[in-house]
Amino acid sequence: MKGVIIILCSCCFQASAFNIHVGSLQQFKTITAAVAAATTGDTIIVDKGIYFEKNLVINKQLVLKGINHPVLDGEKKYEIISIKSDNVTIDGFLLQHTGVSSITDFAAIKIYDRRYVTIINNIINDAFFGIYSQQGINCLIQNNILTANAIEEQQSGNGIHCWRSDSMRIIANTISGHRDGIYFEFVTNSVIWRNNSFKNMRYGLHFMFSNDDAYISNVFENNGAGVSVMFSHSVKMFNNYFKENWGDAAYGLLLKEINDSYIENNRFEKNTMAIYAEGANRIHIEKNVFKGNGWALKIQASCMDIQLIKNNFIGNSFDVGTNGSLVLNTFNNNYWDKYEGYDLNHDNLGDVPYRPVSLYSMIIEQNPPAMILFHSFITSLMDKTEKVIPSLTPENLKDEHPLMKSLPL
Amino acid sequence: MKKIIKYVIIDILRNKIVVAYTIFLLLLSFSIFNLEDNNAKGLLSLLNIVLIIVPLVSILFAAIYVYNSAEFLELLVSQPLKRKTIWLSIFAGLAFSLALAFFIGVGIPVMLYEFSATGITMLIVGLFLTVIFVAIALLATVQTRDKAKGIGVTILLWLYFSLLFDGLVLFLLFQFADYPMEKIMIGISAFNPIDLSRILVLLKMDVSALMGYTGAVFNDFFGKTYGMIIAVFVLALWIALPAWISARKFNRKDL
Repeated sequence: MKGVIIILCSCCFQASAFNIHVGSLQQFKTITAAVAAATTGDTIIVDKGIYFEKNLVINKQLVLKGINHPVLDGEKKYEIISIKSDNVTIDGFLLQHTGVSSITDFAAIKIYDRRYVTIINNIINDAFFGIYSQQGINCLIQNNILTANAIEEQQSGNGIHCWRSDSMRIIANTISGHRDGIYFEFVTNSVIWRNNSFKNMRYGLHFMFSNDDAYISNVFENNGAGVSVMFSHSVKMFNNYFKENWGDAAYGLLLKEINDSYIENNRFEKNTMAIYAEGANRIHIEKNVFKGNGWALKIQASCMDIQLIKNNFIGNSFDVGTNGSLVLNTFNNNYWDKYEGYDLNHDNLGDVPYRPVSLYSMIIEQNPPAMILFHSFITSLMDKTEKVIPSLTPENLKDEHPLMKSLPL
Repeated sequence: MKKIIKYVIIDILRNKIVVAYTIFLLLLSFSIFNLEDNNAKGLLSLLNIVLIIVPLVSILFAAIYVYNSAEFLELLVSQPLKRKTIWLSIFAGLAFSLALAFFIGVGIPVMLYEFSATGITMLIVGLFLTVIFVAIALLATVQTRDKAKGIGVTILLWLYFSLLFDGLVLFLLFQFADYPMEKIMIGISAFNPIDLSRILVLLKMDVSALMGYTGAVFNDFFGKTYGMIIAVFVLALWIALPAWISARKFNRKDL
């Protein structure tokens, strides 16, 4: 009889859910116990405090809500939360001290083959991996703050790591001190929006084999090697700010084997190399600002059909570097601060083409030790003569109609 | 010796060219720092000028001064004074007054706008270059009696150090492109004080990251204390050696 009533009740009240409170003064002292007692659709509200749950597995459709960021501690041994159900929400926790292992990818929050998971407003400190999505679909990761203190690449994980996922939304997270800020591998149809990724060991954002994604309005600052997009196609990169990725082997944006993508309205400031492109095809680069970089662009001869239109190049040590005479890319209507041409008919377009590759940059590409002549009298003299009579720089690498005034970007 | 140095300095200051040089450097430095929005970048532009103009003015002025004071030298030699003392006093007077001009002309703006490790390195290097090129000028003038020929030689020397040497380096690099030349380049840079100075200052700037592997090899050497000591020692040698040889030559010269 009792069983029938319960079944009846659950049928009647399927849409309604209960609130279960967890805390030192509440009925449930641990979240694990609360999860065990909860039924589908319940909300578990966790009071402030510190909880040692070992590995908290969520295998029901639940909402976990923390009041004033209760602390979940992994004791440097465990994965903190494992999500093994669809429609789970984790909101407002402080997760710290996950285990570190070279065999298992311990994460503060890990999604196992699930859909519609929401992870919002959490603070994650000292985690191996921060938020890990393994075959997650349609999940939202928003407003989380992830901080780690990576010292070695091998001993640290990624901030937000997505593997074989689809339709992910990663919005407004702040990530620092991890190996890669955000890592995508085999992730499709996803968006990365308004994140701030800085001081990570390796890349601020790392794409591998991830197609049809977009990253928009993010800030990537002071990362070990900037942002890298590799072996992917149809990636949209809009309105991002690549800043101060400075070092011997640092890039603002590294493009390797990437096709059919768009890079628009981004700002590249003070990077050793703003964009380094290798084997990149059919990329549309428009309305970006390149300011104060070492190299604004390094386009290897393995690239094809890159279109550079209406970008501003201001105060870079070298505008464009390349390693061969074959040029299959188009430059048009860009503003170059080093352009010395004239404009007779005042249409704001220079009448003589601009050749952004200097002789010296060709020389160091062929013979790197020649870098010791950097900023010497002879190299500036050679560049000047080469400008007047081009002989060694690629004949076709030129902007036919450079702009006389910079674009208001 | 002190008296001769004093006379030389007073004489140089009286002829106003050094004063003009000081004002020129001062105006140049201030305008560069005011034109560039970034002081570190201003320092980079200033470095290019320091590496070209300072050696040129030092070597030319010193050579012309020595030729013009040939009679004064003869007069001094007739006095009971050691020839070496006379020659070194002239060297000291020239070096001091030109170094002072550089210190006022470039040092004050650098201290005002960019008083950093890079700025101080550039100042020290500039002072070294001034004295080095005075010493080289003295060596050139003691070798050639004819004034026109002597000035020609000094100009050629300047051209060699600031341009031709780098051309040779580039030539060498391409000839030996198949070999690892980075470490050898450290040694080669010691043969040109201008190159050595430029590299020392560039390594202190953040543009050194652009220098890739070569820059890393140089940084590994000059970044350490003993590398720095060797660099300063080499620069000091560039002063001592020409000055000493020229003093010896002057000792035996038939005036």
